[in-house]
This record gives sequence, C-alpha cells and structure tokens, in this order.
Amino acid sequence: MFSPTPLETEALLLSLKVAFWSVLITLPLGLLTAWLLARKKFYGHALLNGVVHLPLVLPPVVIGFFLLAMLGRQGPIGAFLLDTFGITIAFTWQGAAIASAIMAFPLMVRAIRLSMESVDLGLEDAARTLGASPFRVFYSITLPLISPGILAGVVLSFARSLGEFGATITFVSNIPGETRTLPLAIFSLVQTPGGEAGALRLVVLSIILALAALLFSEYLAARAKRRVEG
Amino acid sequence: MLEVSLSHQFDQFRMDLAFEGEAGSITSLFGRSGTGKTSVINMIAGLIKPQSGFIKVGEDVLFDSTQNIFVPPEKRRLGTIFQDDRLFPHLNVRNNLLYGAHASTPNNHTITFDSVVDVLDVVQLLERKPSNLSGGEKQRVAIGRALLSQPRLLLMDEPLASIDVQLRSEILPFIENLRDTFGLTVLYVSHAIEEVIRLADKMVVLSDGKKAAEGDVEEIMSRLDLHPLTGRFDAGAVLSTTVAGYEQDYELASLTFAGGVLRVTGVNLPKGTPLRAHIRARDVSLMLERPKGTSILNVFEGRIVEISDEDGPQLDLKIDIGTPLIARVTRKSFNDLGLENGKTVFAMIKAVAIDRRSLGGTTTTTR
Repeated sequence: MFSPTPLETEALLLSLKVAFWSVLITLPLGLLTAWLLARKKFYGHALLNGVVHLPLVLPPVVIGFFLLAMLGRQGPIGAFLLDTFGITIAFTWQGAAIASAIMAFPLMVRAIRLSMESVDLGLEDAARTLGASPFRVFYSITLPLISPGILAGVVLSFARSLGEFGATITFVSNIPGETRTLPLAIFSLVQTPGGEAGALRLVVLSIILALAALLFSEYLAARAKRRVEG
Repeated sequence: MLEVSLSHQFDQFRMDLAFEGEAGSITSLFGRSGTGKTSVINMIAGLIKPQSGFIKVGEDVLFDSTQNIFVPPEKRRLGTIFQDDRLFPHLNVRNNLLYGAHASTPNNHTITFDSVVDVLDVVQLLERKPSNLSGGEKQRVAIGRALLSQPRLLLMDEPLASIDVQLRSEILPFIENLRDTFGLTVLYVSHAIEEVIRLADKMVVLSDGKKAAEGDVEEIMSRLDLHPLTGRFDAGAVLSTTVAGYEQDYELASLTFAGGVLRVTGVNLPKGTPLRAHIRARDVSLMLERPKGTSILNVFEGRIVEISDEDGPQLDLKIDIGTPLIARVTRKSFNDLGLENGKTVFAMIKAVAIDRRSLGGTTTTTR
C-alpha cells in the first residue's frame, strides 16, 4: 500500500541521519551545560542560560543566517576549517546536523537540568561519605537518577531535529540527497505543481515517525522510572 | 580518637566548639534543634568546611585551618548515618550495602557483609528496592551501608528522628550492638535524652553552637544547672547499676548500685549485666522520716546537697544517697518540710515509674 519512492526513502534516511547526529552532538554538550546551570554558581550564569535558550525564541532563519555567517566559506570559522583541514560545512548534511543540534539544544538542556535539579543532593553527599569520588558519584548516582530526564531530552531533540526547517534551509539550502530532509522535501513538493499527492505521502510518513518516537520514548521513560524508583 | 575544634559563623548563630570522643565508645552530642548538631556532623564528615579549627581522627588530621588541610569526604573513612536514610533509590538493598565496600581496603578488622546482614537482620530484604522498605528497615540498611565502608568512626545524626516512635525501640538494640560487636567509636547526635541515656558513654551538651558541658552521662544528668538544656520534663539522675537478682514470682529485678538496691519490673537479664537507670526527678518524692506501710519499694536515705536556684512553683533537689539522686518538689512542700542543704531525707521511687525505656546498658543488654 505504501511503498516509498527512492526520493522518499532518500529524504527519510537523510532525516534520520541528521537527527541522529544532532542528538549525538547535543547530548554530551547538553549534559555539561545542564550540570553547569543546575549545580554551579558562576559569573555569567544568567547570560549562559539566556544564550542556551535563544534558539527557542529566535526565528530559526536567524540561527541559519548566523551559522552561514560564521561557518560559511567566507565566515571566520568556516574559512579557518576550509584552509586548515579542507572541510566545508555549509551546504552539507553535516551542516544540517549542526543546525538541527543548535535548534534542539535548549530542549535537551531543559529536560536534563530539570531532572538534575530534582536529584536529592543528600544522596550525592551520602555517596561521598561512602568513599566515592565526585566522578564516581556522578556516574553511579547522578546519571542513573537523571536517566529519565536524559531520555526525555534525547527524544525531544530527536523530534525537533526531524522537524527542523528554517535554520536548515537558510544554512545548508535544499539539496536533494545532501540536505533535503523530510520537511524540506515536503516544502519542495508543495512548491511544485502537482506535487500535493507526494507531499501528503511524506506528511503521513512524518506523522508515523513522530508518533513512533513518542510512543517509544514513553515506553523507555516508564521503564527508566521503574528502575530508578523501584 | 576524635578531637574536634570548630569555629564557624552561621546565619543564625556562631559555633565555637571543642570536644573529644574516646575510642570504642559512644559519645553523644546532645542539644535542642537548631543548636548546630547536624552542622557538626557535616563538618566532621567533610560536607561543610568550617571557617577555622581542626578535626583529628586517631593520628590523621582531616581538617586544619592553620595548615590549610582539608581532606575530602571520600578520603576520610568515616561512616555517616543521616536523619533521613539517604538510600540510593535505583539500587537494591544488596547494592546499597555494597556501595561503599568497594572503595575500602580489607584488613583484619574488616566488617564483613555477612556479619552486617546478620547483626542488622536484613537478609530477607537484600533483593528489595528501598521504596519497598519500612522506615526502620531503611535506617537499618543505611547503618549497614555505612558499616561496610569500614569506617574508623561512625557519625550518627539523629538516626531515629525519621522513624515512628514504636519502631525506635526496634533500632536502638542494633545501635547498642554496633559498639560491642564491631568495637566502633560512635558520635551520636540526638535531641532525645532517653536515647542518649540508653546509648551514650559520654555526652557533650550543646547550646547555641557552644559547649555547655562535657562528661559522663551520669555526671551531666546529675547537674541541676543543666536542666534547662537537658530538658525539664525528663530531668533526673542516671544511676549505674548491676543486675543482682530476679524474683520470678513478682517479675521483679534487683539492681545494685552505689546507693543500695533498686527494684524494677520488666527486666529479666542475666546477673552481672550492667544497666543504667534513669530516675526522673518528677518520679521521686521525699519524706522526713522512713515511711512505713507504703507500697513504694524503693526508699533511699540521703542528704540534700544542692538546691536549684530558680523561681517558680517547683524546685529540683540533689540528694546524696551514695550517688546523686534528683527529686522535684513543689515550693510549698519545700517550705512546709523545711528542706535545706544538709538535711537528711528519705527519697521514694515507685518501681513502676521506671519502665524499660528508662533502662539502658553501658554494654549490650540482651533482648
């Protein structure tokens, strides 16, 4: 009934790849940022918090433009990468992953930070008195206890990355096979006369994908919660 | 064994405190809520850094502000038991117990897993998660977890505070057992005088971050001037006694002490068992002549040696019956009987006023 065309498969696989790498980038950085915001008092705390949340409130096009300005061939970082390593990020799927990662970052940080703030610091103190180094306390106590929050962050970031449109199209354009993810493919089809049927198929595919991700995360979250709370 | 000297300015009060704890004994830090007891525990454990002072355990300096020494909590090898159990919710009882065991190095004084499970009676709980335990069970597991980290010193911060009154008597014998089974040095923080009398060898009375008194429990409890701090309701002498006999027909035990023989009900312990008896001042009444035809079993002759100098309708009197005993009388009786220092009186204690809660061992009592 629903056999995807090669173009649809391509868009789907590319979307999954971009979203996967986006989560891979945001997870460690999000963990670190959430930890800083939840546990540390430092000069510029409010500023960091604000910067982290910017993608949530700025038009995605602004982020895309900013990325192009910084990471494009003429941008300071882009030119450096090109000259030193011969790497181009703009107009590649890696660029799409970076754009998605930035857009998804605040969601990842928020989810982890909330769960980190709900961890009883007394448990960490108790672990220290039992001879555990701060590092061991983090991976044996804090990390398992915030695992539901991490999971929520991962799913939210993944879903956000799947749906990323504005920053992506501004930064890496809409190149079939390279940066044309599901939303961009839908956009292209809608722009093409007679493409509505194809667009509808992709819309249905997107809904199935999003729903599956949500259900899977619910299942994992319930399991993690059981494990943490006994 | 433990030497502590701490100075720290808190928001509400200033702490200036120095005391010592002896090896293999239970030292109790006693004071009302908000006198800084928990802060002392956190400082010794290394969770709060005092502004100045030093903390020494055995030969090891754990903190010294003058030499800029601060050993982090995980390197102190002290076991801490908090008011709340602080069990790790994602680990079962077995893994909670073993959490600190990995970091410790075994030696011939090692406290083994089996002995802890046995002493604390938690064998049937090992595979359960903390959320499926009762308050008393949780606290027992927390004690076991601290023991298995092979601590040199056990810090207990009101371990019974979060437990139902009925369940407290379930935990107390376990704590009494710890010192005797494992030869541990314990610092026991409490605001409940009964716990202190039952468990402690020595007590340090804390008031607003300062030490009000330090000494043997018997000595501290016999001081009239400390009654505002030790608690007026439960104020009373603590007698060191030894079980001397038991009248099966009456279920009445005889306890010998420096003032004679004290007879109490509800205690059937082997002869020779040392036992501490807390005689509340309000349970002691006085007569000028030896009473005749009385239901009261315990009558001791003694001299008034001290009278509390306080206003109000009641007075506390210290009577020397071979050891200090404290009696509380109304000011009216005091005046009517013409009581004064040096006067000989007969102190009467109802045997039934001394319940099991008032009796505690300086060594293990059998249950």
